[in-house]
Amino acid sequence: MSDHHHKETFITKYVFSQDHKMISKQYLITGIFMGVIGVFMSMLFRLQIAWPDHSFSLIEAFLGTHQDGGVMSPDIYLALVTIHGTIMVFFVLTAGLSGTFSNLLIPLQIGARDMASGFLNMISYWLFFLSSILMVISLFVEAGPASAGWTIYPPLSALPQAIPGSGAGMTLWLVSMAVFIASSLLGALNYIVTVLNLRTVGMKMTRLPLTIWAFFITAIIGVVSFPVLLSAALLLIFDRSFGTSFYLSDIFIDGSVLHYQGGSPVLFEHLFWFLGHPEVYIVLLPALGITSEIIATNSRKPIFGYRAMIGSIIAIAFLSTIVWGHHMFITGMNPFLGSVFTFTTLLIAIPSAVKAFNYITTLWKGNLQMNPAMLFSIGLVSTFVSGGLTGLILGDSALDINVHDTYFVVAHFHLVMGVSAIYGMFAGVYHWFPKMFGRLMNKTLGYWHFWITAIAAYGVFFPMHFVGLAGLPRRYYTNTAFPYFDDLADINVVITMFAILGGLAQLIFLGNFFWSIYKGKKAGTNPWNSNTLEWTTPVEHIHGNWPGKIPEVHRWAYDYSKPGHEEDWVCQTTPLMDGEEPS
Amino acid sequence: MLALIYILIAVFIASTFWQLTNVFNLKKDIATEEDNDQQGKLMFAFMVFFYGLMIFSFWKYWAVLLPKSASIEGEQTDQLYDITMLLILVVQAIMQFLLFYFAYKYRGIKGRKALFYADSHKLETIWTVTPAVVLAGLIIYGLSVWIDITDTSDLEDPLVVELYAKQFSWEARYAGKDNTLGKANVRFIEGINTMGVDMTDLNSVDDIPVRELHLPKGRPVIFKFRSQDVLHSAYMPHFRAQMNCVPGMVTQFGFTPTMTTEEMRADEKIVAKVENINKIRTEKGEDPYEFDYLLLCNKICGASHYNMQMKIVVHEEADFNKWLAEQQTMAQVIKN
Repeated sequence: MSDHHHKETFITKYVFSQDHKMISKQYLITGIFMGVIGVFMSMLFRLQIAWPDHSFSLIEAFLGTHQDGGVMSPDIYLALVTIHGTIMVFFVLTAGLSGTFSNLLIPLQIGARDMASGFLNMISYWLFFLSSILMVISLFVEAGPASAGWTIYPPLSALPQAIPGSGAGMTLWLVSMAVFIASSLLGALNYIVTVLNLRTVGMKMTRLPLTIWAFFITAIIGVVSFPVLLSAALLLIFDRSFGTSFYLSDIFIDGSVLHYQGGSPVLFEHLFWFLGHPEVYIVLLPALGITSEIIATNSRKPIFGYRAMIGSIIAIAFLSTIVWGHHMFITGMNPFLGSVFTFTTLLIAIPSAVKAFNYITTLWKGNLQMNPAMLFSIGLVSTFVSGGLTGLILGDSALDINVHDTYFVVAHFHLVMGVSAIYGMFAGVYHWFPKMFGRLMNKTLGYWHFWITAIAAYGVFFPMHFVGLAGLPRRYYTNTAFPYFDDLADINVVITMFAILGGLAQLIFLGNFFWSIYKGKKAGTNPWNSNTLEWTTPVEHIHGNWPGKIPEVHRWAYDYSKPGHEEDWVCQTTPLMDGEEPS
Repeated sequence: MLALIYILIAVFIASTFWQLTNVFNLKKDIATEEDNDQQGKLMFAFMVFFYGLMIFSFWKYWAVLLPKSASIEGEQTDQLYDITMLLILVVQAIMQFLLFYFAYKYRGIKGRKALFYADSHKLETIWTVTPAVVLAGLIIYGLSVWIDITDTSDLEDPLVVELYAKQFSWEARYAGKDNTLGKANVRFIEGINTMGVDMTDLNSVDDIPVRELHLPKGRPVIFKFRSQDVLHSAYMPHFRAQMNCVPGMVTQFGFTPTMTTEEMRADEKIVAKVENINKIRTEKGEDPYEFDYLLLCNKICGASHYNMQMKIVVHEEADFNKWLAEQQTMAQVIKN
C-alpha cells in the first residue's frame, strides 16, 4: 500500500474499514478462527467420552496442567464443553453467520451504497473482535476457563469454591459476553435502520429477497432479547463481586454458610432463556434466509409461497420470545406456567412445517443446479426436519421430564440449530464467495466437503438420540461411574469416530477457502445467473457498490423460469414487459 | 512442545493439500449437467444411507433404551411418548423421502425450464391447517398428562420424602410417623446434622435420615427436593421422574412405584441388558453387575457431577415398613 495518492491507507482499507463488504469479510474470518477453536475442543472432549481412561498425547499437548498423563481432568472437561457451546453459539453462529451475511447482503441486496452508519458498523466489528480476544485469553487463566456450562447457571457460575472455572475464567467470560452484546446490538440496530430506510427505488418490503427478511427479523429479535442477557450478566457480576443476592440464597459450601439470602437461581434461568431461546432463532433464521435464496436460485424456480415464508419468519420470531420456559419445565417453576409454555412451544411447529414444505415444493419440478451451496441448503432442510421433529418431544412438558438434560437434547439441538445453521453458513460462503473475493471456490472440494460432513453429522447425532433415551445425562465427564451405562461404550465410540471424521472434513473447507481467495477461478459478474441486486455490482469491490446510479427495482427477486422470458432468470432491475403481471 | 509439533504437522498437511488442489483447478467451478446428474444420484444414495442409518440404529440400539416405566405416572408419559414418536417417524420418513427424491428426480438438465409455480393458496392452507390440527391433539393430550402428573393433591396417603443434594452426594429424609417433614435450613448444619434440620421444630424429631433411598411399591411418594450449594437435578429415569434441586427453595415431584427392584431385575429387557453389560465387563475384567434403580444428578454441578448417585430400592410395602422401622430417627441420630 505504497500508493500515497490514494485516500485509503492499508489501515483504513483492511483494518478499520467502514465498508460493509470488508467488515463482512472480517466477521467471516474471525468467525472461522473461533470455529476452528470450538470444533477442536469438541474433538478433545469426544475423545474423553469414547475412551475415558485412555492416554492421548493430543490431550497432553494441548491441555497442559489440566491433564495428567494424557487424561484430562473433570474440571477441564466441563470447561471444554462450556467454551465449545459459547463459541459455537455466539461467536460462530451469531457473529460469524449473521454478522458476515447481514453485512455483506443487506446493502447489496436492497440497493444501498453502504450501511446506515459505517462508523457504528466498524465499531460493532471491533467490539466483536475484542470480545473474541477476551474469550480466547480466558482459556489461559490458571484455574481454567468458565466451566459452568454455556448457560452459566448460578450458583455454580457465581462461586469459585464450587468449581475452579468460576474464578477469573468466569469473570473474563462475563466481560467478553458484555462486549459481545454491545457489538451485537450496534450491528442489529444498523441492520434494522438500513433495511427500513435505504432501500432503492422500487424495492418495496414485499420485493425484498427472503435473506433480507430473515436478517431484518433476526436483528429485531436480537435487539429485543440481548439486552436482557446483558442485565442478567450484570446482576451476576454484582452477586459475584459486590455481595448482592439476586440469584443466591441459603448456601452452605466449604464448611460454612454464605451470607446470601433471598435470591433465586430460577430468576437467572428466566432472564437467561429470555435471550437463550430467541438466540436459537437468531442463529437459525439467517441460515433459513440464505437457504431460501440459494434453493430458489439453484432450482431455477421462484421460492414457493413467498408471502407465507415471510409470515412464517415473523410468526417464528414472535413465538420465539414467548417460549423460553420450555427450558425450565423441571426447575420448580409453577406447573401451570409449564402448561402455557408447552402450548406456545408446540405452536412453533406450524410455521416451521410451512417452511419445510415450501422448501420441498420449491424443489418440485425445478431444474436443480447442484452447486455446493445447493447441496448444503438441501442438507439444511434435512437436518432442520430431523432435529425439529424431536422438538415435539422436548417441547411437551410431560415428555421433557424424562429426557431433559440428557443426550437426547444434545442430539436435538445440534441437528436443528447447530448443524442446520452451520450448513446455512457453508451454503452462504460457497454461494457468495465470488461476491466477497471475486473468485469461485473449488467445486470438487466443495462436493467432498459436503458429503463427508453430511454423513458424519448424521453419524454423530442420530445414534446420540439413543444414548439420551437410555437415560445418560449430558455433561458427564465419563459414564463409567455407572455400570448401568456400560453398554453405551460402543455407541460413544461410533459417535466419536464420526465426530473426528466430520472435524477432519472441515480441513477440506479451510484449505479450499484460503486457497480460493488467492488462486480460485476468477468469477464473472453473475456466476449463478441470479436475480438479486448484489450481482449487478462489479466484481472488483468499490466503495459505494455501484459505479454509477443505484439501480431501480421493478420486480421481486424470484422471477426464475418465468414464462414469456427467454432466459430462466430475470434480474430485479429488468422493467416489466408490456402486459406482464408483476409477481 | 508436543502442541508445537502437532501444529507443524497440521501446517505440513495443509501445504501438501494446497499443492494437491492445484490439480483440481483444471475444471470449471460452476455445476455442469454432468455434476447435476452425479450429485443428484448421490442425493438418492444418501437417502438410502439415511434410511439405513435410522433402521440400523433402531435395530442395534433398541436394547440400550430404558425398560418399561416403574411408576404409574411414567406409564402415562410412555404412552404419550410412543404416540409422539410414531408421529415423528412417519413425518420424518415422508419429508426426507420427498426432499431427497426431488433432489434426485429434478436434477438439472441443460435446456429444460423449471416450472414457474410461485404460490398456491390451497397447498399453503393444507400444510398450515394439518399440522395445526395434529398439534392441537398433541397439546391437549400432553397437557392432560402433565396436569395429572404435577398435581399431587389427589394422591392418597402419600409417603413424604425429602431428597437433599450437595456436591457430590445425595441424602434423604423420611417424614416419620407424623408424615410431616421438620423445618430445615443450611444455617442449622452442624456436625452430624448434615441436612440442616431444625431440631427445635417438633416435626423434626421423628424424621428419619438415610443414605440409601427405599420406596414402597404401590404407595404414592411425594418428594421434596432441597440443595445445599449449587443447582442439582434429581433424575430417576426408570420412574420417568426428574426435578431440579434449587438452593433457597423446596421443589416437589410425586410418583407411585409399580415394580419392586426384584421384579425389575426379572424384566425381560433388563435381563438382556444386564447380560450384555456383564459380557462387556467380563471382557474388561470387571466385577459382574446387578441391576438397581438409580438416582443421578442431571444438572451440571462441578467436577464430580458425573458420579453423584444414590441407589434406590423398591420393596413390597410390608418389607418397606419393616426396613423403615429399623432406621434411626433424627432425635436418635443426634443424641448418639
